[in-house]
Amino acid sequence: MSVTDTQPPAAAPLIPRAQPPERPAARIIRDFARSPLALFGLALLLVIVLAALLAPWITPQNPYDLRSLSIMDSRLAPGEVGFSGVSFWLGSDGQGRDMFSAILYGLRISLMVGLIACTSALLIGLTLGLVAAYFGGRTDTVIMRLVDLHLSFPPILVALILLAILGRGLENIIVALIIVQWATFARMARATALSERGREYVEAAQSLGLSRIRILFGHLLPNCLPPLMVLYTVEIASAIALEATLSFLGVGLPATQPSLGLLISNGFQFVLSGQYWISVFPGIALLLLIVAINLVGDRLRDVLNPRNIT
Amino acid sequence: MVFVIRRLLQALFLGLVMSALVFAGIFAVGNPVDILIDPDATQAERARLIAQLGLDRPFHEQYFIFLGNLLQGDFGNSFVYNRPALTLILERMPATLELAFAAIVIAVVLGIPLGVYAGLRHGTPGSQAVMAGSILGFSVPNFWQAIMLIMVFSVMLGWFPVSGRGEVGTFLGIRSSLFTLNGLHHIALPAINLAIGHLALVIRLARSGTREVQAQDFIRFARAKGLSEPRIVLVHLLRNILIPIVTLVGMSFGGLIAFAVVTETIFAWPGMGKLIIDSIRMLDRPVVVAYLIVIVVIFIILNLLVDLLYSLIDPRIRLDEARQ
Repeated sequence: MSVTDTQPPAAAPLIPRAQPPERPAARIIRDFARSPLALFGLALLLVIVLAALLAPWITPQNPYDLRSLSIMDSRLAPGEVGFSGVSFWLGSDGQGRDMFSAILYGLRISLMVGLIACTSALLIGLTLGLVAAYFGGRTDTVIMRLVDLHLSFPPILVALILLAILGRGLENIIVALIIVQWATFARMARATALSERGREYVEAAQSLGLSRIRILFGHLLPNCLPPLMVLYTVEIASAIALEATLSFLGVGLPATQPSLGLLISNGFQFVLSGQYWISVFPGIALLLLIVAINLVGDRLRDVLNPRNIT
Repeated sequence: MVFVIRRLLQALFLGLVMSALVFAGIFAVGNPVDILIDPDATQAERARLIAQLGLDRPFHEQYFIFLGNLLQGDFGNSFVYNRPALTLILERMPATLELAFAAIVIAVVLGIPLGVYAGLRHGTPGSQAVMAGSILGFSVPNFWQAIMLIMVFSVMLGWFPVSGRGEVGTFLGIRSSLFTLNGLHHIALPAINLAIGHLALVIRLARSGTREVQAQDFIRFARAKGLSEPRIVLVHLLRNILIPIVTLVGMSFGGLIAFAVVTETIFAWPGMGKLIIDSIRMLDRPVVVAYLIVIVVIFIILNLLVDLLYSLIDPRIRLDEARQ
């Protein structure tokens, strides 16, 4: 769809040839790379995700294989050498578990829960938001009333009540996070779709006689994606933080799924006796993860909205 | 007046909808018999309670009975404490409200000056430091930040007590730990912990408001008139950035009560939030249901108050509504 194709070759010597339009992806990557802080965030995020993915191969021990744990190694300070001759760079917890290994395994669970919950919430919210915007009328009113009602309660409260009814568990917390987050995506999708609906390309598609479903998902959807991707990034961070909070409170994940929140919770009792590392290091890992995601999200917000570029 | 009545009716309607949702939720998730009756009850007791609670009647009839009981303040007894659930919650409520109040005071008293400063001196290192701090306050998970506060200020430095509410004083018939030195000493850390997230929000709002208002004609006119800088900032500027902040404070009061769950659990603050977490852990369902209803009512009242306050500060809103 290059503009230059339509120009007659004869015009070339007189008018300087128009540059072929840059692909949007290339522009986004170039603009993104202009912020050192955002690049740092991205690098940090990649390191964290890679470390979590490769945890079984790069950790000194499998923290949940009881044969590799020794009670003699319990509550060692960071850097101390354990009974078996292994160094515990980040210390060990009450069961003699290496904190570094436990943190990487915890990151896997935290990331997985955040990604699954957020992606599902995005899909549900996106579909409902687009439907509300495109069909309007009563469909719109019903969906948006529900969204408004939902958003008037703080997320932590909604999640807490849901988990009080559903009980602890991996599936339950994912369901709770999806229910907490879909409304945010629905509202954003509707607002974006409403502003896109009046554009010429939608009118063109309508006059071509395309079906509503096809216009909705084939034409409207791709144009609504940029702001939603920004929201998605930021919401992953808040999903991970919410899961950690709920697990810390003892209503989230069960003890068999030791996410970062549970690790921090386990270490809390030791903080009072000065053994800070059991709680502090998983917390730093959680903080780094959240900050990295937010840095990337903030920059994406600037890059995907051309008006904001300075 | 029309506006007030309309908002009251809306709030009432919302309350009805929410009570129906809660009721349907209890129904959809499991057998209400299991939720409302102690699992240790004998067969005869169960049958008696089912008849007493009207669980053998049709759905809509049961909803009206449920609603009737709620309106009479009957939420059932706690399994753990064997006392009325509502009484338990209302007893704990002052501790939570006082914590949320202290947090709001901290957020507003520190947040507005910092935000206005960052807005007026935009681009200076001081302003950037304030904004960086607010971003950090935003990102640090509340519960971990509480642990760090305890670790640094209670365990390492020993400045503040680790947990509890301290002495409670009485002033004008209100019992609160805000009225004793020992109580203030106890409330400091939990209140700061609860405040930090909202402090960051207040700073952001005050800053963007200041930058927006500062460029407007009436501020330039005030400058041209030769008014002193403090008068411009305190009278002309502040009044015009207050609306979003008042909304935030009103809305966030609900959020603070919700987030107090985390703070109260960590600092062993004897409020509603700690009660609900304990009740969820011990499967004390009547207390959970009662907490849910109480919190919904609090939220409806808060939303109503914010709207009313809003129309007091900015008469344009009331006029717009009336014109429709």
